Amino acid sequence: MSTIAFGSGPEESLEEVENPVNKLLRKERMPSIWCPGCGVGTTVNCFVRALEESHLDLDNVAVVSGIGCTGRVAGYIRLDSFHTTHGRPIPFATGLKLGNPDLKVVVYTGDGDLMAIGGNHFIHAARRNIDITVICVNNLTYGMTGGQVGPTTPRSAIAATAPYGAYEEPFNLPAVAESAGAVYVARWTVYHVRQLATAFKEALAKRGFSFVEVIAPCPTLYQRRNRLGDGLDALKYYKAKSIVKNGADTRTAEISFQSDIVVGKFVDRERPTVLDSMNKRLAESIGAGYVPYPLSEDDTMERPRMEEEDCGDH
Amino acid sequence: MQKDNGAEGTGVKSKVKFKSVVYLETDLCKGCGFCVEFCPTHVLELGKEFNAKGYHTPRAVAIEKCSGCNLCGLYCPDFAIFCRKVKVG
Amino acid sequence: MEQADPKGVLTGVHFLDGDHACCEGALAAGCRFVAGYPITPSTEVVERIAARIPQVGGIFIQMEDEIASSIAILGAAWAGKKSMTVTSGPGFSLMMEHVGLAVMTETPCVFINVQRGGPSTGLPTLPGQADMMQARWGSHGDYEIIALAPNSPQECFDLTVKAFNLSEQWRVPVFVMMDECVGHMTERVMIPSAEEISVYPRRFTTKKPGEYLPYAGGEDGVPEMVRAGDGYRIHVTGLTHDERGYPAMNAKAQEKLISRLVGKIRKNESSIRCIEEDQIDGADIAIISYGITSRVALHAVEMARDRGIKVGTLRLLVCWPFPESRIRELAPRVKAFVVPEMNYGQMVREVERNAAGRTKTILVPHAGGTVHDPKVILDAIMEAVR
Repeated sequence: MSTIAFGSGPEESLEEVENPVNKLLRKERMPSIWCPGCGVGTTVNCFVRALEESHLDLDNVAVVSGIGCTGRVAGYIRLDSFHTTHGRPIPFATGLKLGNPDLKVVVYTGDGDLMAIGGNHFIHAARRNIDITVICVNNLTYGMTGGQVGPTTPRSAIAATAPYGAYEEPFNLPAVAESAGAVYVARWTVYHVRQLATAFKEALAKRGFSFVEVIAPCPTLYQRRNRLGDGLDALKYYKAKSIVKNGADTRTAEISFQSDIVVGKFVDRERPTVLDSMNKRLAESIGAGYVPYPLSEDDTMERPRMEEEDCGDH
Repeated sequence: MQKDNGAEGTGVKSKVKFKSVVYLETDLCKGCGFCVEFCPTHVLELGKEFNAKGYHTPRAVAIEKCSGCNLCGLYCPDFAIFCRKVKVG
Repeated sequence: MEQADPKGVLTGVHFLDGDHACCEGALAAGCRFVAGYPITPSTEVVERIAARIPQVGGIFIQMEDEIASSIAILGAAWAGKKSMTVTSGPGFSLMMEHVGLAVMTETPCVFINVQRGGPSTGLPTLPGQADMMQARWGSHGDYEIIALAPNSPQECFDLTVKAFNLSEQWRVPVFVMMDECVGHMTERVMIPSAEEISVYPRRFTTKKPGEYLPYAGGEDGVPEMVRAGDGYRIHVTGLTHDERGYPAMNAKAQEKLISRLVGKIRKNESSIRCIEEDQIDGADIAIISYGITSRVALHAVEMARDRGIKVGTLRLLVCWPFPESRIRELAPRVKAFVVPEMNYGQMVREVERNAAGRTKTILVPHAGGTVHDPKVILDAIMEAVR
């Protein structure tokens, strides 16, 4: 064991000391493949904290990831975890959730995985309001494959496939999520560890399609190519330039190169989930012959069925 | 959580004394510096010592200032460092 | 084997087309999750599923595309459901990456391909049989799958049940390679009682969490399965992995995994095999066929036999794995294999490869759009005996 302690006395046996986060990690597979100063691991700490504070039955929590550095989260978390194909964790998660609505399904994805190849699935899942939580670690690039330009790369940033600087307008993920129908939309950076853990907790508790974007550094590629220092320099930038605007209009949350970053909880609303809508429609049409699709215990016992007329404007 | 670590006088006598301990799995550390930067009481510094991968690992230079908040643990992208309060004696 | 869940069995004598019969076969087999996308000539399968599956406690979702459909069924399988998707050529092409994921993660699931004229948009409303090789080789990398070819609406029911059973037994994706002709042909379909339908239950482990290794193959090479939510805290990945399911990206792990995945099917080919032979013993000519073409060929066979030619037939119900040893056995005994298929030569290659030059192999091709003219098949037979 390579554990050392500062401030410890001789009475303590270091063999028995365990980082409290270890019980939710596959520590035997570490050190992780993430670079020094990569933000993904920090988000995992926040996620673990959110899980613990949520008092969910962790056997019922499943993590689904796509491909990329963020996609590797599934392999490091000690829950039922699925490392699927690039861009497709959301439809996998849809099948998983509809196959067993008692599961709490979390998608962990990156900016390219979610919004380039996965964009179509993202907007449909939000439209349907499938009851899953999507965590998007946005490092403004395709890290795993060497730092290529992606759908969130700010204009003028240098990238492997944009050697003269990116020139396409990037997506504003919170705005896309809101307009597609997500019921919970928040953005934080990995500097905001406490707020991020809270946002994850709220997103997990939220019924319907919840989305949390996390701005995080890719030190080896995005930071280095753009001469922005390392991961720590990125966190200092987030600290200096983040502006907390809870309830902000998501259309004002776009990020340009080293700009201010609007963070906060932007959307928190109610809509019937896809299963609510399905069961309601089928019960009305079929009547007595309909075998209601099993809803999770949570849904039937604690929360009132959402009536479409009651869900308000969105 | 017991905030009085017994070392600073507040006029309240606590029966149980606590101190803070910072633990570091040196082999996991990648020397990113998050813990050093974001510890609110500046307990840590990146030291001259390094691990087998060549990363300079942090050490506590002011452990008595540690409040046990575990922000270091929350920030650490490699789950290498964390702190907690332990009972004294 | 278990008895089918009566809720899903529409016992009785029906007049159904192949697409509709396929739907009933899936429900009878215990399928309770279907994700699909409309595509001619398969659409009627999911249309009927959409109406029927809510009645039996299952769920259908029309996904935004075939890529989403093909992975949603994997998610549902890991939630514990028997699941299926339905498509035709262009959608089949889109699904290929997830065929690979299903193979690599050993997820039981069924893919229905109601083949149409191709390539590309081709002939959406007309039959073809030109996706046969794609079923076998469509995804990247080395792998084995199972594919069946029904030749009637009755078989669309029967072989769909069989497909589910095979996928549970071998933990591979199984393909039902229908074609537009059997799919849109209406015939008598007899659906027995639930007691008479055997279904293969999911091979859930009885080991406890901690004892269980998700990807340790049993005696037949197949690992026991679990589902999310049962406390096993499994990791399932498309990366090359070890028996714990953890990524293990090295040549040794690759050899171990790929040899087991491929071996599951190759080593058990004879028990998966399903062929139907008629008058093969003593035959001078053997017709090898499958799907609708096998019925068209029968007419040619009758005409040939009327002329005194000793013609035998071998029909593939299971096309993949291909019954290699049977072809090798027959090759020295016949003057020729005649292989009519609604394509420009796909399964014929397997026949020829296994004949290994010991007899002639004659393809009777057809680009698709209609079934063969039986006279053309007869001409090929006559030519073969000359």
